[in-house]
Amino acid sequence: MSNIIDLKLFELVEKIKKKEISSTEVTKAFIDRSQKSKKLNSYITENFENALQKAKQFDEKPDFNKKLPGIPLAVKDLFCTKNIRTTAGSKILENFIPTYESTVTQNILNEGGIIIGKLNCDEFAMGSSNETSFFGNVQNPISENLVPGGSSGGSSSALAAKLTPATIGTDTGGSIRQPASFTGTVGLKPTYGSCSRYGIVAFASSLDQAGPMTQNVKDCALMLEVISSYDNKDSTSVDFKRGQYLKDLNENIKGKKIGIPKEYRVDGMPKEIEELWKKGMKIIEDNGGEIIEINLPNTNYALPTYYIVAPAEASSNLARYDGVKYGFRSKGENLIDMYEKTRSEGFGDEVKRRIMIGTYVLSSGYYDAYYLKAQKVRRLIKNDFDEAYKKVDAILTPSTPSSAFKIGEKTNDPVSMYLNDIFTVPINLAGLPAISIPAGHDKSGYPLGLQVIGKAFDEQNILNIAYSIEKNINFKNNINDWWIN
Amino acid sequence: MTIDLKTVKHISKLSRISIDDNKAKKLSDDLNSIFKFIEKLEELNTEKIEPLTSIAETNLKLRKDEIKSKNIREDILKNSPEDNKDFFVVPKVVE
Repeated sequence: MSNIIDLKLFELVEKIKKKEISSTEVTKAFIDRSQKSKKLNSYITENFENALQKAKQFDEKPDFNKKLPGIPLAVKDLFCTKNIRTTAGSKILENFIPTYESTVTQNILNEGGIIIGKLNCDEFAMGSSNETSFFGNVQNPISENLVPGGSSGGSSSALAAKLTPATIGTDTGGSIRQPASFTGTVGLKPTYGSCSRYGIVAFASSLDQAGPMTQNVKDCALMLEVISSYDNKDSTSVDFKRGQYLKDLNENIKGKKIGIPKEYRVDGMPKEIEELWKKGMKIIEDNGGEIIEINLPNTNYALPTYYIVAPAEASSNLARYDGVKYGFRSKGENLIDMYEKTRSEGFGDEVKRRIMIGTYVLSSGYYDAYYLKAQKVRRLIKNDFDEAYKKVDAILTPSTPSSAFKIGEKTNDPVSMYLNDIFTVPINLAGLPAISIPAGHDKSGYPLGLQVIGKAFDEQNILNIAYSIEKNINFKNNINDWWIN
Repeated sequence: MTIDLKTVKHISKLSRISIDDNKAKKLSDDLNSIFKFIEKLEELNTEKIEPLTSIAETNLKLRKDEIKSKNIREDILKNSPEDNKDFFVVPKVVE
């Protein structure tokens, strides 16, 4: 038998169901490898002992009807997990131990999944390289000193390094798809309202969505099926009939109309990405799909809109960290002084910067010029997609304008860091589903991804298109375990 | 428009985040470059466009107003930096 850690999630599920391997064996295998992989810094909190106990319990009384029978999973440290520390990558939550479970992780537990740990991320999910985490940089397993993307950088790193068979992240402006693209893995941001936001540390509530990150499209369909659910604890959760994403997964894309937005051909985009995009189009045509040029004329305004809307919502959401109810507290001469010192010492620079942008654009005299304006442009961006979807079934773009960059390369220039999300942000603003799949390498051998964007609640369609591209593209990740001594 | 040191101090006050003078200068530079980037939106005429507040533009569902969690005082206080078992404790507010 091949190594347990080399098996795909769906293979692990099959083998456990057939009693060829036990949950304990699988859990041990991923924990062993995680323990040898500290250099990656993918984990913030380990839950190994507890997980092994849970695996043992599962093996004693197995339930093979579950979708994740005794499967160990590490998850982004933005999901509240009952009795397991949840930090959101921030000093201000360094010692926070939730007394409740997020709906998404509860869904994983309900299906037999076992949480083996909490994965590193940018502080409050604000970042594109995992460099804003209070718990330090994360290494990309592809190459030393390369960022794993962000904000779900611990998730992408742990997944690509096979420390967990699959994982979940959150995506506010690209935080699942960009790290997936940087590590040669699959990441899906579902339609806004598909996965409950209950128990996810809030960043920008009108944009945040949880989603799966996996080794392949089939695993992605399985994970989406587990985590997507209607939840009355989230007022924006949408009560629609969820698909049987795994069962209905198929590579038939005959007759599908796929849009190519010319506005995504940005200046300075590496040639490899342009070529990759063409390769994707060719696969679609070879498989009976039709390529159609479309316009998304307001694409260039998406990032500026995002950098008003997201910080505005963040400044409001993060007002709760006041040193009173939970989290870090600094000493102050009086209440106000305590607030100000707590927040100054508890938050990192990027988070402070965004709170201040948000506070400013919401402040008296500037609200109309910035926040209201951004909300109006957000409507225009959504209208662009509505128009496009009158002509096409899905849209194909690159996932990112470049491959992974070096640690420290962009930390001093916030705007150049923000530009990473140019292809992913518009999708969050419009609330649509999108999947990033690995599709090739650049000249340094770093992975590059393609993004398939769907209509709202049309996850099955983008999964199927991604499945077809995956089958034809034969992507292989080049990982040589350099971090293991 | 430029965000000078005085404005930075003002926003920091509104945000309840104390900023020392060394950091204020760097922050003012960062904010200026970000706002320069943001102000691209001024190119667009949005006079007749309705703002999009949320993607889920549906009416919120109503539910019965009933108590779902009971006796969770301990849970609520569990993560507080300072409490006296019944209440959160904060620095003295009223003299």
